[in-house]
Amino acid sequence: MSAAPLIEARDLVKTYIMGDEEVHALAGVTFTIPHGGYAAVIGPSGSGKSTLMNIIGGLDTPGGGALVINGADLGALDDAGLAGFRNRTIGFVFQSFNLLPRLTALENVELPMMYAGVAPAERRLRAGALLDRVGLGQRKTHRPTQLSGGQQQRVAIARALACRPALLLADEPTGALDTATTEEILRLFADLNAEGVTILIVTHEMDVARATHRIIEMRDGRIVADNPVPHHRAVPQGALT
Amino acid sequence: MMTPRDLFATAARALRINPLRSALTALGVIIGVASVVAMVALGQGAQKQIQASISSLGSNLLIIVPGSANQGGVRGAPGSFNSLTLADAEAIEREVAGVAAVAPSQRGSAQIVAQGANWNTRIEGVTPSYLAARDWGVASGRFFDDRETRQARKVAVIGATVARELFPNSDPVGERVRISGGAYEIIGVLDAKGQSGFGQDQDDIVLAPLQTVKRRVSGRQGRANTVSQISVKAESEDILAQVQEDAATLLRQRHRIGEGDTDDFTVQNLSSIAETMQQTTQVFTGLLAGIAAVSLLVGGIGIMNIMLVSVTERTREIGLRKALGARKADILRQFGLEAIVLSLAGGFVGLIVGALAAWGITSAMGLPLTVGLMSAAVALVFSAFVGVAFGSFPAWRAAQLDPIEALRRE
Ligand SMILES: Nc1ncnc2c1ncn2[C@@H]1O[C@H](COP(=O)(O)OP(=O)(O)OP(=O)(O)O)[C@@H](O)[C@H]1O
Ligand SMILES: [Mg+2]
Repeated sequence: MSAAPLIEARDLVKTYIMGDEEVHALAGVTFTIPHGGYAAVIGPSGSGKSTLMNIIGGLDTPGGGALVINGADLGALDDAGLAGFRNRTIGFVFQSFNLLPRLTALENVELPMMYAGVAPAERRLRAGALLDRVGLGQRKTHRPTQLSGGQQQRVAIARALACRPALLLADEPTGALDTATTEEILRLFADLNAEGVTILIVTHEMDVARATHRIIEMRDGRIVADNPVPHHRAVPQGALT
Repeated sequence: MMTPRDLFATAARALRINPLRSALTALGVIIGVASVVAMVALGQGAQKQIQASISSLGSNLLIIVPGSANQGGVRGAPGSFNSLTLADAEAIEREVAGVAAVAPSQRGSAQIVAQGANWNTRIEGVTPSYLAARDWGVASGRFFDDRETRQARKVAVIGATVARELFPNSDPVGERVRISGGAYEIIGVLDAKGQSGFGQDQDDIVLAPLQTVKRRVSGRQGRANTVSQISVKAESEDILAQVQEDAATLLRQRHRIGEGDTDDFTVQNLSSIAETMQQTTQVFTGLLAGIAAVSLLVGGIGIMNIMLVSVTERTREIGLRKALGARKADILRQFGLEAIVLSLAGGFVGLIVGALAAWGITSAMGLPLTVGLMSAAVALVFSAFVGVAFGSFPAWRAAQLDPIEALRRE
């Protein structure tokens, strides 16, 4: 298990056809991320970062190539299998938080556990502990509209962690936040990574990218650079594949 | 995989978000179920009423009247007005097997005057066997006997309505009244019977000896033997048809009616009349319930409409739920259950509204109320079915949504 990487992507292709024009959102992407990795994907707008994240998260399907995550071949999963994969293997954090506005912070965090079939009492307990963990112990019964952007994103992170995922995916998690709040979120990510959660984030900000251990740069649907961040040279072993 | 409990809580929460919209959507089903329940109750009430009033006329009863039914009533052949005689009645009693009572009667109408009050009513000249034939009894006083009948005594037994109208505060028994100019003594008051199935007040009647009425009221002294009606009571329901057949055969012989000729009399079997009326009301009830069911259908379409709107509005929520691990089946169940809860709640409220409406209508029309367990169960099952039928398509649409597309939607 530990020998195999957590993410193994080979020749991933995604092509959109817009009228006569073909848009190669992904034009052959190959890389691996080891267990415990912490990497950032950067690149100009339209380079295919979100497309890649969505495919890794099981939300979208590639047009070609192979993708094995945590031992599961995503191409072979049916609807129920994919739902289980999104539920238990992946924790997704969105740029726009995507909390359900009618539910309290606690209920939002409970949501993935509901789909996992966790009993209500345990669900509540775990959601409470997660909110404590992200520093929102005092805001459990607040609704998203009663929380600041940074607080909402922390609720979203707690929700992403609810089913103890192997992989945390975050597409521009700090895109809507100010610098101070961004720092808080990054500290949280660093702590989580230190506890063994593999994290992959997409960002436009170099400061954010440099907080990770490895920077993957994309352009026109391809990986054009893939380098470890100097301070963390020793950590990601699979960095140079 | 959501547990049923979570599913139900999620559906209930979604419906509470917009209570007015949920209530208006359910209103379609409420109206549909309420009208089905009310119509069925009304129909059943009418049927019960018919049954009750037919049996109040007398059970196992045949009524023979002059004239042929085929000719459209008594107007037919000249002379058929007078085709039934006392001798016919006696012959039936003597020769037809299985007869419990035979009662010839002569009908007329008269004005009764008592102590300044007067009242127009039906007067019936009868023999003592009339009470047995019609399952009737005397509430106070007594009935006249055979001797008084033979002697054409001027005595009368009055119905409950007549007693109430003429003697509101006193006992009529022993009082004297004037009927068509003659002075009569009231010797008894009949049991109250209520309305007949034909809408007639059966208690608005005066009974007097047959010969008395013939001579003094209906003015047919010339043909003293004719009667306007013969009531025949069979010993049991099983032999009613046989008695009807035998009585008709006997009368045909006595009236010398050849094969193929038209009868100058008609034997009415009350239970067969009742059956016809039952069938008519049944068809009518079915028709009304059918129309009501159409409104239930319209209610179902309302649910489908709102659920489709709701799926569109909540596209992002659906995308998010899928991203968090909801399977197609979870989404399908969530939205399907919303539709079912909506229509079941509508069905439940509709049942109560319908029962209240049925109660109001039946008590206004004087019908017995029957909202059976059966129609309650049918209403609820039917509304659940409406929820499933009209909620599946929107729920299916929701389940099919692509998570990425859904999340991108604003
Ligand atoms: N549903 C779609 N239909 C057509 N083209 C699409 C679709 N989704 C993405 N694309 C195209 O694919 C390319 C990659 O898009 P993607 O969203 O992955 O870019 P990105 O790197 O995330 O950009 P940004 O930094 O602006 O978020 C773009 O050219 C985009 O126009
Ligand atoms: Mg993007």
